[in-house]
Amino acid sequence: MSDALLDVTNLTVRLPVGTELRPVLRDVSLRLEAGESLGLVGESGSGKSMTARAIDRLLPAGAEVAGTVTFDGSNVATLSGSALRRYRQQVAMVFQDPRAHVNPVRRVGDFLTEALRLNLGVAAEGARRQAVDMLDQVGIDHPDRRMRQYPHELSGGMLQRVMIASALLTKPRLLLADEPTTALDVTTQAEVMAILDELRHQFGLAMIFITHDLELAAAVCDRTAVMYAGQIVELRESERLHDDPLHPYTAALAAARPDIARTAERLLAIPGRPLSAFEAPSDECAFASRCPFVADICRSGLPPLDRIDSGASRCFRAHELRGRLSAVRS
Amino acid sequence: MTTPVLQVDGLRKEFGDLVAVDDVSFAVPAAGSLAIVGESGSGKTTIARMIVGLERPTAGTIAACGDDRSRPARSARDRRRRGRDVQIVFQDPYTSLDPRQCAHDAIDEILRLHHDLAASRRRDRVAELVDLVGLDDRQARALPGALSGGQRQRVAIARALAAEPRVLILDESVAALDVSIQAQVLNLLADIRDQTDVSYVLISHDLAVVRQLTEETIVLRHGRVVERGRTTDVLDDPQDEYTKLLRASVPHPGWKPTRRHIAELRKEATEA
Repeated sequence: MSDALLDVTNLTVRLPVGTELRPVLRDVSLRLEAGESLGLVGESGSGKSMTARAIDRLLPAGAEVAGTVTFDGSNVATLSGSALRRYRQQVAMVFQDPRAHVNPVRRVGDFLTEALRLNLGVAAEGARRQAVDMLDQVGIDHPDRRMRQYPHELSGGMLQRVMIASALLTKPRLLLADEPTTALDVTTQAEVMAILDELRHQFGLAMIFITHDLELAAAVCDRTAVMYAGQIVELRESERLHDDPLHPYTAALAAARPDIARTAERLLAIPGRPLSAFEAPSDECAFASRCPFVADICRSGLPPLDRIDSGASRCFRAHELRGRLSAVRS
Repeated sequence: MTTPVLQVDGLRKEFGDLVAVDDVSFAVPAAGSLAIVGESGSGKTTIARMIVGLERPTAGTIAACGDDRSRPARSARDRRRRGRDVQIVFQDPYTSLDPRQCAHDAIDEILRLHHDLAASRRRDRVAELVDLVGLDDRQARALPGALSGGQRQRVAIARALAAEPRVLILDESVAALDVSIQAQVLNLLADIRDQTDVSYVLISHDLAVVRQLTEETIVLRHGRVVERGRTTDVLDDPQDEYTKLLRASVPHPGWKPTRRHIAELRKEATEA
């Protein structure tokens, strides 16, 4: 199975909390072809950011990892030294809060050219030209002037574009975007989403886009993986998620979100609160305690992630409930 | 036409050379609900802060329950009365609660401050409020650190309601919550409105939340009101170019933003 760009197989991660190891990811598997985009959608504690961190080898110290992450045929866990550096050039990351990931006392230009000069050995003038060109591509006016400015002189939306430019400059093959627009205003979000989508296609880049918003993911992702309590519960083409969901949680998540085009008497709230992976029972479906379709079988064991059509669902009753889930909404 | 519980006229706030709020007027009737919509820098939070007395207006008047609040309170008694009229729930339930005080004590403190109740009656009232926001007794006795974000926001709402305010200001109060929890809190706020005649002023950038909770909307841009009307009208048929841009920027099924489209809308909004 070496044809996929990224192949995550049975990834389970546990992190030390006090004296115990707590699971944050449970048996996560996903594949990404070159140039393909995948949305990772879930609420807090679902494991979506941890999945990206595990892929980029950015897990906290003491993390216990089982399962494999394979990138372009090589096992990521075994990389070290220059091989790991090369890997990180090919896998770029964009985070939610750009201000937390940029050195506030260095100019935008220095920040953008650093990786080019140090890691790729590009000469100063060449690196500057590439950076100016990339700033132009992410829609920043007067890129020459911006290169000389400090991060605090730029708005949040502008700085996030700088981060995207920085991520694209080393010509990565996979972009991990972790809630890159959550801190931005709606109109800026729309622009940044458009920029990500257009440049991703232009550079033939694969992307994992992490968000809590199903519809945001659908706008830029071919497929979407919905996560709950450290597991993938549904994997599906984004455009079908809304009308033909395969897991009750996906349907419930879509129904709980207020609709801009329609006022509901009351929203269809999901009772209880989202479980973190370490709170989830190990011998029954993690969503059973909140699921409107719960039956005896749901408590009989951990449901496997079964293929259905071109997607997959971690629900014992998925076949039986097919077509009834989206009706929950109206 | 009854007297509005909250009336704002010609409100203006300058910070040095910057005009943060420019000639903003609106009125909220009893049991009414108004959304103040805008992006960062639109002045929406500054308006909320002026209403609750955290900022002093440069010009204009704010009248809540017939009382002029554009000048500072003259006495502790005066200030307390203002607190009783208008309460606010902030965005971040992690910083708006005292980490050493459980929900029960936080609510009890407000009741002592604002209402002259016997101890037994106060106990009942705390239990009522805790129940109203859907917390159980164990959660009401827990410190904020042991509660989830949604539970903390319920505590903040219960505490605000303890004063029995006529107006509740919700400053992005559901923005930081997970989708499934946000739905619970929005339903709770709708229930409370059905059961009391409290008025809501919702400060939000989220148009879907605005639709769910409010009847009237004003849209702010650079401190000025660019559009106002019934929420459903403003969202379904926006007239102002900037409102159109906001509306088009909201993700929905089939949404596919392109740079060209957003740029065109932004240009229209800027030239208008």
